[in-house]
Amino acid sequence: MDQKARQEYWRRNLRLMAALLAIWALVSFGAGILFVEALNNISFLGFPLGFWFAQQGSIITFVILIAVYVWRMDALDKEFGIDEYEQEVHHS
Amino acid sequence: MSQIQTWTLVFVVLSFSLYIYIAYASRVKDTSGFYIAGGGIPAPANGAAIAADWMSAASFISLAGIVGLSFNGYGGSVFLMGWTGGYVLLALLLAPYLRKFGKYTIPDFVGDRYSESARLIAVISAIVVSFVYVAGQMAGVGVVFQRFLGVDTTLGVIIGMAIVFFYAVLGGMKGITWTQVAQYSVLIVAYLIPAFAVSAKVTGVAMPQIGFGQILDELNALQADLGLSEYTSAFADINMLNMVLITASLMFGTAGLPHVIVRFYTAKSVRAARFSALWALFFIALLYTTAPSVAAFSKLQIIKDLDGTALSAVPRWFNTWADVGLITQADGSPISDLAADATLRYTDVAINNDIIVLASPEIGGLPAPIVGLVAAGGLAAALSTASGLLLVISSSVANDVYYKKINPQATEARQLMVGRIAMAGAIVVAGYLGINPPGFVAQVVALAFGLACASFFPVLVLGIFWKNCTAAGATAGMAVGLITTMAYMLWTIDIYGNSDGIFGIAETGFGAIGMLINFAVTIVVSQFSTKPSEVMQELVEEIRYPGRTQLVAKHAEGEL
Repeated sequence: MDQKARQEYWRRNLRLMAALLAIWALVSFGAGILFVEALNNISFLGFPLGFWFAQQGSIITFVILIAVYVWRMDALDKEFGIDEYEQEVHHS
Repeated sequence: MSQIQTWTLVFVVLSFSLYIYIAYASRVKDTSGFYIAGGGIPAPANGAAIAADWMSAASFISLAGIVGLSFNGYGGSVFLMGWTGGYVLLALLLAPYLRKFGKYTIPDFVGDRYSESARLIAVISAIVVSFVYVAGQMAGVGVVFQRFLGVDTTLGVIIGMAIVFFYAVLGGMKGITWTQVAQYSVLIVAYLIPAFAVSAKVTGVAMPQIGFGQILDELNALQADLGLSEYTSAFADINMLNMVLITASLMFGTAGLPHVIVRFYTAKSVRAARFSALWALFFIALLYTTAPSVAAFSKLQIIKDLDGTALSAVPRWFNTWADVGLITQADGSPISDLAADATLRYTDVAINNDIIVLASPEIGGLPAPIVGLVAAGGLAAALSTASGLLLVISSSVANDVYYKKINPQATEARQLMVGRIAMAGAIVVAGYLGINPPGFVAQVVALAFGLACASFFPVLVLGIFWKNCTAAGATAGMAVGLITTMAYMLWTIDIYGNSDGIFGIAETGFGAIGMLINFAVTIVVSQFSTKPSEVMQELVEEIRYPGRTQLVAKHAEGEL
């Protein structure tokens, strides 16, 4: 990669990271804690919604966030022609 | 021998034989195999190993009880969100970059990126965090043996030590990894089968994550009748500030745990490190979304079984656990002190957190083989975490202290021997702590996360994302973060200072504040100290991009 491609790669990586971390904070600290009382007025599969986010929803969202990250980074690597040769990335 | 004991023995012998066989089949001869399994573990296996490594006896045995009993439902969410949310941070901010940097341990990264004095602080923190944590695991092994096989606790711990000794000393990281894959399988099967069965029985919906919602109204109503706050109501037992701080401490602490981070070095490549994090959280989520359901089902069943029941008519599980002193009267005196014709009230009985999962098959009325399977699962959880921690201790001593500081000329064989001796020594100390657990272990385990959060997380993140973060800054930040957090904990924890602290912040939540202080100190000191060398700045830039470049290759060979 040349310098310009590198900057572009890093910029898009950071943007993806920021978006995913914003969702991470919103479901856990937001839906699970700060706004839990308001959300508890809504019922979801028998759960008060805020309680569901705190005990189940946030965990499920976390798995999805990492899945999206892995998938988007893979696509990004491919777009920038990065092809890891596993043999080469081994430790000393 | 009762039917339950027979089945327990069958499952324990079967699972232990499997671990020993795997260890023998994957024994190692070089340091790279010993510390990081040669860096050649496929992502799903690595994920399962991370999950087993990280889900300790506390997750398997205590989590459901903590959520349902001690924290009365909603308050327990701090553990559910905190311990899983950390993986998002690990996956996005740390794992790929640390893998690219390509060293063995956290102290190794810290020492290379910053300085030798920073390495020393990191070594000490890693060893302290690991020993505190491992003592709890060994004590857990003793409890399971004692309860299910009637074996003396001491003998139980010694059996556990012998098994860990065999596969950890012989196989190092490689042996541990593949054993942990087996242990994950045992523990998750042992956790899910009773949970599905109980859910089907109580709600008619086999999937506990969904059945969970069906019983909340009933549970809330029962709790209200008993004069307790509702199971789902927010901030009844724990205020918003502490919810936020404890959750944050556990999240950032998980992202800084040495025995979890070392696992990303065992991945095949940067890409595999990312996938490892995904698999790990997926495997963990299977247990972590089930645990709150188990908590609610058990609590509902317990209230129904006990409240208003005559002591002569209680279910059998109640007597079994009352006999070993894990169910007592609310003031701690034994149940046997009650008159034989007494009628129980739920609020007059104290039930230990640790029995919820171990007893759930019995509470749900499931057959003996399942009870035996759960015991084997508890042992798998405790032993897998113990071995991961012991590896951190031995690699810190052998690699970071012996090889890097005492004898840099040591041959491969010699380093390997030191690693094995350190491992053996650590197992003996861990066993001793398990047999004679210092009273504060249970409290200190939760604090270990706070300490990891306040000491490691900032230096790792800044080390990767900020080229100008200096050695002096990181050292000062780590030291100040660690010292303020420890001081606050000693000041507020029940057995020492027992103060209310500042703004009523719980000692388990202070790690997040310690981390902010660490960030601030690191950033400020970095402005006024010598910048990292040109080569180091280039290297930090380099790890942002996947693929092998000459600079990173030379660094990994130790030529820089």
